[in-house]
Amino acid sequence: MTEHTLKAFDTDLQDLSRMVAEMGGLAEKQVADSVDALAKRDTSLAQRVTAADVNIDNLQREIEEKAVLTIARRQPMAVDLREVVGALRLANDLERIGDLAKNIAKRVIALNGEFPPPKLIRGVEHMTDLLLEQLKTVLDAYGRRDISKAMAVWRGDEEIDAVCTSVFRELLTYMMEDPRNITFCIHLLFCAKNIERMGDHATNIAETVHYIIEGRPIADQRPKGDTTTLSALRVGETR
Amino acid sequence: MSVAPIVTAPTVTHAAVDTEGLTEKVSVRDLDFFYGDHRALKNINVALYRGKVTAFIGPSGCGKSTLLRVLNRMYDLYPNQRATGHVTLDNNDILSPSQDLNLLRAKVGMVFQKPTPFPMTIYENIAFGIRLYERLSKSELDDRVQHALERAALWAEVKDKLGANGQSLSGGQQQRLCIARTVAVRPEVILFDEPCSALDPISTAKIEELIDELKDDYTIAIVTHNMQQAARVSDFTAFMYLGELVEFGETTRIFTTPSDRRTQDYITGRFG
Repeated sequence: MTEHTLKAFDTDLQDLSRMVAEMGGLAEKQVADSVDALAKRDTSLAQRVTAADVNIDNLQREIEEKAVLTIARRQPMAVDLREVVGALRLANDLERIGDLAKNIAKRVIALNGEFPPPKLIRGVEHMTDLLLEQLKTVLDAYGRRDISKAMAVWRGDEEIDAVCTSVFRELLTYMMEDPRNITFCIHLLFCAKNIERMGDHATNIAETVHYIIEGRPIADQRPKGDTTTLSALRVGETR
Repeated sequence: MSVAPIVTAPTVTHAAVDTEGLTEKVSVRDLDFFYGDHRALKNINVALYRGKVTAFIGPSGCGKSTLLRVLNRMYDLYPNQRATGHVTLDNNDILSPSQDLNLLRAKVGMVFQKPTPFPMTIYENIAFGIRLYERLSKSELDDRVQHALERAALWAEVKDKLGANGQSLSGGQQQRLCIARTVAVRPEVILFDEPCSALDPISTAKIEELIDELKDDYTIAIVTHNMQQAARVSDFTAFMYLGELVEFGETTRIFTTPSDRRTQDYITGRFG
């Protein structure tokens, strides 16, 4: 895009973009580390994840301040306004992703040695791989203002939802087998749900990227794969 | 002398204007305007809707003031200026040579960039125009002057000094006096040519508030270089560039998702 007559305005917008990208990188790392801590039963890593969340929160606050200042100083219009509003929305979603990762880390700490068998964690790890791929792609889509990548992420969330449903079923069976498994299975359920929610934030980000580029929301209906609330938790279900 | 027709491909983007429930008060069709040999407006097609505010934006020299000057035939005051095409006010062609210009300018009032009060009292500034068109008793005239000043949100500030010279008022008050003067002769259309460019932010806010109040009773066109002002006060926005109307549409859309690249570059400050 052509440059603004006022160069400082370009710098403001570039700064915002860079800060969002930085926040995205931090969020990705937090997610990967938290699930790593879960898989490796590494409480000290989990503690580091919990402590590092404040960096994401700080960046969000900086982005908010920068965005408000940019609006006040430059009165952005059209695509510029969408860039600024988009940065605010992206920062929100990334902050939530950070919080959810922190929550997983906290559960690792709470479990404190009482760890589920690795085969149970495999489902959650699979979800995390899918999520990290989604997150990487959508941050890439933002960096390159690539609408087709953003749309791919928007449609791809279905798969995470589907895996989440099967993890739920698996954990349910395990809990029925032996009530002593319930504590860590519940924690694991929440971890799976956290990752599923992160996936939703990734699709939010995809929607924001679409909005920044096109100036209107996505018109399509998103494919929905998450039926956990309908199927896995149906009262009286015996499977 | 015959003028060879100038063929111009229609370049204007009239994206999805919902005209339902709207009445065209002023219609401009195939309008060309010339300063001598220079073609300052090229094939303009646009409408001003009744009870709506239409903003004209664009870089200096794009023809927006020229277009405004056509709408009340202001250009007739100058030699070597001519307009071709059709401009209708309630379906009457105002470009027709038989058009009574005084009547037209009573119907289509204009407020200029710099406040231009006459060197007479505040009262006379307003009564002067009314007397040109109507014969009223003293008390009727008093009422009309008061009403005009009230419409222009100036009454409270000047009611105790109607005999003071109009030029003794502040810039913002002078501009509102000019609006009162325009309103006093009961026009149907009001043209604002950068009405706030010489005013401080408070006076600007008062004029904008006024435009918002006036639009229920009048059809308003405003030329402004202040993009935020156009976004705030207008219902429709027309972007002009190099004598052409590039894009016309609802203001909310023009300032969020313009269709034409040139519009986007202009409103986001990427021009030139």
